[in-house]
Amino acid sequence: MAVINLNVNGKKQTVDVDPKTPVLWVLRDHLNLVGTKFGCGIAQCGACTIHLDGTAVRSCQLPVSVVGEKAITTIEGLSERGDHPVQQAWLEHDVPQCGYCQAGQIMSAAALLKANPTPSDEQIESAMNGNLCRCGTYVRIKAAIKTAATAKS
Amino acid sequence: MTIVKTNINRRSFLKASALAGGGMMLSFSWLAGCSPAAEETLTLPKEWFELNGYLKIGENGLVTIMSPNPEIGQNVKTSMPMLVAEELDVDWKNVIVEQAPLNTTVFTRQLAGGSQSIRQGWKSLRMAGATARTMLREAAAKSWQVPVEEVTTEASMLFHKASGKSASYGEMASAAAKIEVPKEVELKNNSDFKIIGTSRNNVDGQKIVTGQPLYGLDYRREGMLIAMIAHPPAFGMKLKSVDDSQARSMPGIKDVFTIKTYPEEYAQQWCDVDSFPELVVVVGNTTWEVMNARKALKLEWEQFQDHEIASSTFWGTTVKVKVPGGLENSTQHAKVMADLSAKAGTVVRKDGNPEAVFKKAAKVVERSYSAPFLAHNTMEPMNFFAHVTEEKAELVGPIQTPEYMEKSVAARLNLPLEKIEIQMTRQGGGFGRRLYGHFLVEAAVISQKIKAPVKLIYTREDDMSFGVYRPAYHALYRAALDADNNLIAFHVKAGGIPESPLFANRFPAGAVENYLAESWTASSNISVGAFRAPASNFIAGAEQSFLDEVAEAAGKDPIQFRLDLLDRALTKPVGKDNDYEAKRLAGVLELVRNKSNWGQDLPNVHRGVSAYFCHDSYVAHVIDLVMENGKPRVEKVHCAVDCGIVVNPIAAINLVEGGSVDGIGHAMYSGLTFTNGTPDQTNFNKYRLIRHQEAPRAIDVHFVPSTVDPTGLGEPPFPPVIGALANALYKATGKRHYQQPYLGEGITLG
Repeated sequence: MAVINLNVNGKKQTVDVDPKTPVLWVLRDHLNLVGTKFGCGIAQCGACTIHLDGTAVRSCQLPVSVVGEKAITTIEGLSERGDHPVQQAWLEHDVPQCGYCQAGQIMSAAALLKANPTPSDEQIESAMNGNLCRCGTYVRIKAAIKTAATAKS
Repeated sequence: MTIVKTNINRRSFLKASALAGGGMMLSFSWLAGCSPAAEETLTLPKEWFELNGYLKIGENGLVTIMSPNPEIGQNVKTSMPMLVAEELDVDWKNVIVEQAPLNTTVFTRQLAGGSQSIRQGWKSLRMAGATARTMLREAAAKSWQVPVEEVTTEASMLFHKASGKSASYGEMASAAAKIEVPKEVELKNNSDFKIIGTSRNNVDGQKIVTGQPLYGLDYRREGMLIAMIAHPPAFGMKLKSVDDSQARSMPGIKDVFTIKTYPEEYAQQWCDVDSFPELVVVVGNTTWEVMNARKALKLEWEQFQDHEIASSTFWGTTVKVKVPGGLENSTQHAKVMADLSAKAGTVVRKDGNPEAVFKKAAKVVERSYSAPFLAHNTMEPMNFFAHVTEEKAELVGPIQTPEYMEKSVAARLNLPLEKIEIQMTRQGGGFGRRLYGHFLVEAAVISQKIKAPVKLIYTREDDMSFGVYRPAYHALYRAALDADNNLIAFHVKAGGIPESPLFANRFPAGAVENYLAESWTASSNISVGAFRAPASNFIAGAEQSFLDEVAEAAGKDPIQFRLDLLDRALTKPVGKDNDYEAKRLAGVLELVRNKSNWGQDLPNVHRGVSAYFCHDSYVAHVIDLVMENGKPRVEKVHCAVDCGIVVNPIAAINLVEGGSVDGIGHAMYSGLTFTNGTPDQTNFNKYRLIRHQEAPRAIDVHFVPSTVDPTGLGEPPFPPVIGALANALYKATGKRHYQQPYLGEGITLG
């Protein structure tokens, strides 16, 4: 066990955990931030996507000990009032079906638009390819990302 | 105007209210069309008045509508309350939706399966709304001293035109709650619908996009422990010995023990399917600690022999069902299927004299199709919360069959049904997997043993290797054409491991003079069950691929070929057990032909068509493929749907889009194979689901305008798209596809 200091959604947090614990389980079990989802545990489905200093990463394969000073942003901290352009576009397009993968999809999409405010269709597909959706909402996700890109630019 | 008898009594909804009082599942739909700013202006009422078990009205006019059925992504949590709201004549922006707990006294058929929620709830939910509206009108009439017939309603308001009097539902709620429940009520004419048929966004939308706790895996309770199970590594095996000495001493671990989910003498219900009824359980404080301790277990397994299990039938009797021993292999499965397909099957339907007609045919087309086992792979793995005490059992989580599983868990814990409380969370996908609730019983047994609230969590590997899979299927088709290229005989012989996918009375039955449908099965110890559009999910693709080849052999346009057959089925049907409406099946084909501009020749666009009937609905697809860098890409899916009245278009279109993507994905990429009883794929690194880059660029959905009561929608768009894909691939590459997943036949989508 080790005492680890984290910066999560702009707040300082201290946890006493096995340093190998993936950030996903620190968020879910220790900080009660359950918006970040468990899907596969091997960084293949993207349900656990968070931002580390603004870059999309899979938290299920990220040991908490390597985070250091880097800022963790989860779906709960993406915007203060749930009105990030990506979140708004998701509502406008009524994207979710079961909704379980959508936090991860939104985090990947937000990171993409931050790095590339006007992505092409191919760039969207490439950036989002690591996020699985069994319900098959891919077409709406792409449309929502385009809407968010328009709103932001 | 439809008049329906009400079946609401006041006592039943008081019980519902007490159950809902825990406030655990409160779900506010402030955002059903509102912006976050508007959210803050709404406040909870000081008092709620229950008019029946489905709804209560606050003194400030807010209305809570209970959504009775499990929400697995099919949108019932939005669309079912819309039915209540319609007949209540309430302003949708004043509606809060709450997920109802299991309550068999108030609600009927709290089940997600067979695409039946809206169809079966169509009358009962509207009746609940109409009943409350009648009580509000009677309360107003009494208060204003006017005849009730003269009291009208609109958007949460009551009016008496002659006197100019008006009142809000909130103002009249208290008086209405004291009115006798009417014995019968009138339902609106379809033409008067204000909510049904209009798009309403997902009531949980805001919570989903902000990551609020909604799902079973998100549920927590003070003092809750985490549990995981270890199950045999192969179908055909059982537990032999446990060495837990190391696991027990690991940090955060509370206990390690074995459980029997279903004792041998217990007669299993259909939803109790469970290949691994004896498990090793690790319980601890946190998920990571339990995961690590489970890895430290030293477990020995052994093969089981042929044996029998007790199973309860639909009629309540107990029968013995044989479970074969042995470790199965997919290569062996393929051989068994080919062998059985070469033998005579069980004749399920025979019209005319197919044997004789095949002998004299000018041309015979014969093809075989197969598909592998599939794992459901809901994005949220199986899990359940349980807190079992001597007084009661509380169960919270994702389950499609709460009513059935209540019986299973009551029998297992030896508690009466009244002491079992089941709450449904929002569910991260269902697709049939959560019909089979062994994990709910496991959680209950674990909680009873550890005497604490506990959440059982499956990893993806657990989820994929402890499945209730879609069976492996095979179908052989033969068609006989005469010298004029008329289809004069049709033969289908279909089977599977361990279930047959045959629907003998569906198209083209009824359209061909000489018809033969045969079925066969092969036994297996691999557990199987319903998977989105059971059996149709295979047979539609096979049949529609085959019909494409037959049309080609006959030199006919594939749509016109089907329409000609349907015309025969409509005007001069063969046999009398045909279970589809030829006119409606033709209707979706004509609509998709029209909307896709079928027949126009576009450069580098390769098209395939398909149409199928299942779950009371009709769906036709046209897929446009384009070749890019030597690979086919789905440029567009055109889809025509006849599912009767469409309740919530924005969600209905989403379901059809999703079903189409899901069907394409499974046909192209997914499959579960076995080596010595062990699944070869246990996570998404080996088990392929369709991804963004492989998804269609666009999907156009068209509904046949209809006044027919709503039919299924969660499942029907899945099966036919597979045929359209195979037929479009043939046009694009010149190669026909017979074995799913098509990836194994050397094709990928760009």
